[in-house]
Amino acid sequence: MTHKLSDGGQVLEVGTLARVEGEGGMHISFRDGRVEDVQLRIYEPPRFYEGFLRGRAWTEPPDITARICGICPVAYQFSSCLAIEDACGVTVPDAIRTVRRLLYCGEWIESHALHVFLLHAPDFLGYDGAIEMARDHPHVVEMGLRIKKAGNDLMTVVGGRSVHPVNVRVGGFYRMPTRVELHRLRPALARALDDAVATVSLVATFDVPDWEQPWTYLSLRPDHGYPIEGGRVVTSTGADWDVRDFPQHVTEVHVPHSTALHARLDGEDTPYVVGPLARYTLNHHRLSPLAKDVAHEAGLGSTCRNPFRSIVVRSVELVYALEEALRIVDAWADGVAPSVPVPARAGEGFGATEAPRGVLFHRYRLDDDGTILDAQIVPPTSQNQPSIEADLRVMAERWTVLSDDDLSHRCEHAIRNYDPCISCATHFLDLRVERS
Amino acid sequence: MTTTLPVLPVPHVPARAPHAMPTLAVWKFASCDGCQLTLLNCEDELMALAGRIRIAYFPEATRAVVDGPYDVSLVEGSVTTPEEIERIGHIREMSRTLVTIGACASAGGIQALRNFGDVAEFRSVVYAHPEYLSTLARSTPISAHVSVDFELRGCPVDKGQLLEVLSAYIQGRRPRIPTYSVCVECKRRGAVCVTVAHGTPCLGPVTQAGCGALCPAFARGCYGCFGPQDTPNTAALADRLLAGGMAPVDVMRIYRTFNAASEPFRRESERHEPGPDDDARDDAPHDAAADARPEREVPR
Repeated sequence: MTHKLSDGGQVLEVGTLARVEGEGGMHISFRDGRVEDVQLRIYEPPRFYEGFLRGRAWTEPPDITARICGICPVAYQFSSCLAIEDACGVTVPDAIRTVRRLLYCGEWIESHALHVFLLHAPDFLGYDGAIEMARDHPHVVEMGLRIKKAGNDLMTVVGGRSVHPVNVRVGGFYRMPTRVELHRLRPALARALDDAVATVSLVATFDVPDWEQPWTYLSLRPDHGYPIEGGRVVTSTGADWDVRDFPQHVTEVHVPHSTALHARLDGEDTPYVVGPLARYTLNHHRLSPLAKDVAHEAGLGSTCRNPFRSIVVRSVELVYALEEALRIVDAWADGVAPSVPVPARAGEGFGATEAPRGVLFHRYRLDDDGTILDAQIVPPTSQNQPSIEADLRVMAERWTVLSDDDLSHRCEHAIRNYDPCISCATHFLDLRVERS
Repeated sequence: MTTTLPVLPVPHVPARAPHAMPTLAVWKFASCDGCQLTLLNCEDELMALAGRIRIAYFPEATRAVVDGPYDVSLVEGSVTTPEEIERIGHIREMSRTLVTIGACASAGGIQALRNFGDVAEFRSVVYAHPEYLSTLARSTPISAHVSVDFELRGCPVDKGQLLEVLSAYIQGRRPRIPTYSVCVECKRRGAVCVTVAHGTPCLGPVTQAGCGALCPAFARGCYGCFGPQDTPNTAALADRLLAGGMAPVDVMRIYRTFNAASEPFRRESERHEPGPDDDARDDAPHDAAADARPEREVPR
């Protein structure tokens, strides 16, 4: 809805953004046909996780921080496990790491399928939502739900349930899945892989504006494979540092129009981006041969800097995650201990993993009996907020000729390019911030 | 400081026109989105459901908005800001049936851990700009503010139970949701009791069923995410946990998670709080004064 201002300016407001996780709105003001100000307004109420984590036991963050986000609970569980294990000087064996990757694949499949089909595709095909889209494109929606279900079923077998899995603990799992249980998943995963390949072809045909964002990209990079459950931090400007150095490079700023903090990289005023575009651009060479092929056929090069094509990259990542899941399922042998002991000790630990929407960082400081003294969580959407606003500014300038409805729809689309998780991004205001 | 919040009467929403498709609205307060995601996770049922009920307001799923009143409103999340108190009142007025989904909406959620915080200590935390914030000192369930027709438990809710509740209201009957303990489900499932067999602490005896005894099936104790069952003996279970070697602070923690502000769990957790002089007050008698401490009281 636009409002004319008495001094000749105009304001475009979208009170409630639809098809994003959590509560936010958008505010763009114009003067003399130029964009004056752009704000992604996040009014989701804070829940103060970092406050009440203090005084809890070192074993509790996987269950507690999962509740930050119902769409990517596994990301919170594993980033917290890595940070606590780091503080306690424990590295889990490869077999446990492999099952973590498997459960995380389930979350990527579920979350990416949700976003590609139910939240993002309706923007390209011109519908208000997937239910409306299903009237004209029932097979597309059915395909999306099938892929999503394969991810949820994988999470249910490995984690117990898809929203807030119960099987994750510091040091590993309570119980390992059995070979028989995993093999039951195989037919649905194999079909979902075929569906995902078809998805890449489908979304590659969607019309996108011609634009490349110039921002710095940041992702994890492990020793082997595409980044999911850990790795070092790399950027498109050539930086490569350990997750322990995250707080030295990334600072968060509190702005008035958002209950989520805005993140900055190395004190720069220009935004940086995490998520599928950053992962793909920095790690394209680590994809599987099939994922590389489908990406190539979809017209993606070795980098992708157009946020409107993030739907294609997400679909390529769906192909990769399904292949990874099948590879791990096929190679799984029973008889592995589900966890290793993680005795408490005083110290500080750091952990980061690739949530479906980008790098999620956790830091904990522990007392010698394992009591949490201090916690810090930097979610992906905080990091992407400045670039979302910067994109909106460019797009709003370009689209000033559109009608109010069209302009607001296009701007909402530009926000959804990031699959923003506003529930995640909020709730982190209880930081011990030293800037004042 | 106690704030007495008026509980609004059930409003008289005009009846739905005969033969009109019932309408569904999904609302969000302070929460993680996981309970409304559970609706979208009904992959096999979603399209059939969309054929029986009109999704009239569900921002996570669609931009389209149909004006109220609504036949069924599902409410996720707890009330944590002054604006939300007003908003839930309007939602109640527009809803023929109001169902809360999940631990946040039904009991205040994990964010109700703030209710136990020492307010002075909490305020001492340095915010960059606290003046940008608008937040209440306590997180409260929806029923603290308006009348609620049904509270569906769980962190998150169970998909099968969510479909049962929706079907029930579409059909004009009460939902069939058991209020007995997780132990009943665990026995039915044929799972080995983790406490008896392995001495693992388990909240199954005091927690409401609904998850299918998930945690014991994964070789861990129940952590109470469905909240208290209808007749929970929290003190007897706490004694058993202490006798098994659990430290009082851990007994406090185990009762103080996603349903921390539900009355039986709140009272039990407060019995095991470390006192001002001792770090481990293990067998303190029930402190009735603690229940009346205003800043800890959760209005029902």
